[in-house]
Amino acid sequence: MDTLVREDSPDPTVIRRPGTFERVRRNTSVRIGGAVLAVLLALALAAPWLGTTDPTLFDAGNRDLLPGEVGELTDLEGKTAPFRFLMGADSFGRDIYSRVLYGTRISLLVGVAVAVVALAFGMVIGLAAGYFRALDGVLMRFMDGLMAIPGILLAIALVALWKASLAVVIIAIVIPEVPRVTRLVRSLVLTIREEPYVEAAISVGTSPVTILHRHILPNCVAPLIVQGTYVCASAILVEAILSFLGVGLPTDVPTWGNIMAEGRVQFTQFPHNVFFPGIFLALTVLAVNILGDGLRDTLDPRFAKRTGN
Amino acid sequence: MLAFLLRRLAATVPVLLVVAVVVFLILRLTPGDPAAIIAGDNASPDQVAAIRAGLGLDRPLAVQFGTWLADMVQGRFGESFYFKMSVNELIGQRLGPTFALATLTILIAVLVAVPLGVLAAWRHGSWLDRCLMGFSVLGFSVPIFVLGYVLIYVFSLKLGWFPVQGYVEMKESFGRFLHHLVLPACALSVIYIALIARVTRAAVSEALNEDYIRTARAKGLPEHRVLIRHALANAAVPIATVIGIGIALLIGGVVVTESVFAIPGLGRLTVDAVLARDFPTVQGVILFFSVAYVLVNLLVDLSYLLFDPRIRY
Repeated sequence: MDTLVREDSPDPTVIRRPGTFERVRRNTSVRIGGAVLAVLLALALAAPWLGTTDPTLFDAGNRDLLPGEVGELTDLEGKTAPFRFLMGADSFGRDIYSRVLYGTRISLLVGVAVAVVALAFGMVIGLAAGYFRALDGVLMRFMDGLMAIPGILLAIALVALWKASLAVVIIAIVIPEVPRVTRLVRSLVLTIREEPYVEAAISVGTSPVTILHRHILPNCVAPLIVQGTYVCASAILVEAILSFLGVGLPTDVPTWGNIMAEGRVQFTQFPHNVFFPGIFLALTVLAVNILGDGLRDTLDPRFAKRTGN
Repeated sequence: MLAFLLRRLAATVPVLLVVAVVVFLILRLTPGDPAAIIAGDNASPDQVAAIRAGLGLDRPLAVQFGTWLADMVQGRFGESFYFKMSVNELIGQRLGPTFALATLTILIAVLVAVPLGVLAAWRHGSWLDRCLMGFSVLGFSVPIFVLGYVLIYVFSLKLGWFPVQGYVEMKESFGRFLHHLVLPACALSVIYIALIARVTRAAVSEALNEDYIRTARAKGLPEHRVLIRHALANAAVPIATVIGIGIALLIGGVVVTESVFAIPGLGRLTVDAVLARDFPTVQGVILFFSVAYVLVNLLVDLSYLLFDPRIRY
């Protein structure tokens, strides 16, 4: 009966049960993952004001500088100024620090966009498959087939065929993720539709759309948020892999994968080109995964059991 | 048993059919005319039309799918545009290194992950358990290529224990073959170890709560026998399942690892074919990997019979 207890309750024997939001906020994993991601987001947004230069600027004079070395930058008017290359420069004389910060934008954008789109498609297909039994067989066989193609291969093939733009990369990563979300939503719907309140709604003649919207969907939200963070982590990884293999976004776009792909040629002499973006990539994915684990433990304890954690 | 095998084989048919449809559509929906690519820049429109008719590209899509599927089922993957040889031959050439890498990876992963998982479940909540869970989150997060480069940097460049890159055929020298494969297999096995160790820990700790474990301990069995003969044996089915599912991760990882370590396998071939827009090779490799994945999981299903005598199909 927590609705009856007010926060400033005068009776000290009444212990207020923390609400869902508060439990999430108090969770250590959520705090750590969330804090790291907040910092990364701030870095991405504030990149132009954090001592960066144009991340695509070629400057032959600054080739292959080691981290911390000072070089000279020439601006459009031909004036030169000293510039410290915090993370060194690549073989084109571009500043790795600037490229890594701007790369954060692409990674976060792709991660969030893929999670949102994959959840939306997976949710609609999963609701349809779980609730309308006639559709179930066809839809799920199709999803099984899609899942039988290893995800990275499918994404590589999809990107390869169209010219890789941001939208194409996002779609190519979404398609292999959809079946996993669909399976989750379908299994949730199959459980929820047996609940008495759904039976009651059916018996009073509520339309399927209203039932799905008002009774079933709200119960899927928590597991979907948790799944969404895992999809986001995997999308950031896959985007980096696509760029790294040379089939992702065009090489003039600074993404972590692209920086590493260009740096790998000289890896034995200048490992910094690979390590700095690599550290950022690993840290970001780790933060999203830790956030996901925290959300799972607080929002959806049943999920933990289902996935064997 | 035979009836089960047939039924289970029949169940893979619709899955493989969907795979075929998806691969076919991906390749046919591509912008760009394959006939024009084959004909080259100097071909006249008539020549392009002739090649198109020769490939059957002027016929309805459904008819094209039918003839294409018939070819695929008979294992005729066609001719590679780029490598100028049949795709079957190409896959045959590149299969060896990939198979060796995958086998060594699975071996390392199982040998490391299963004992770790059992120990973590046995000492639930101990420092070992917490380290393992922390490691598994880390293992899912550090990309294989980052890990690969860290390993190369430390063990090849700094310590000089392993060759930086490359591959040596097994028949040339088994020692050097293994020496070249150790680092890539370690890089590739980390994510797999994380996955298997997690599931092993969960399955074994569930088994440890069962009554038969108390009975086994009560009758005075030594603890290692309780853990292996009773707990682990009863956890075998989920462990086998996750090894099968993990093959998908492994295939994705092979593509990346072979690029990092310059191993001339199927993964490397996939990337080269994609970059060259060599569609027959791309479709051949994707179909090959997908069929391999489905068949491995079929074998995993069959292995349940071995692990759990209660399962009778």
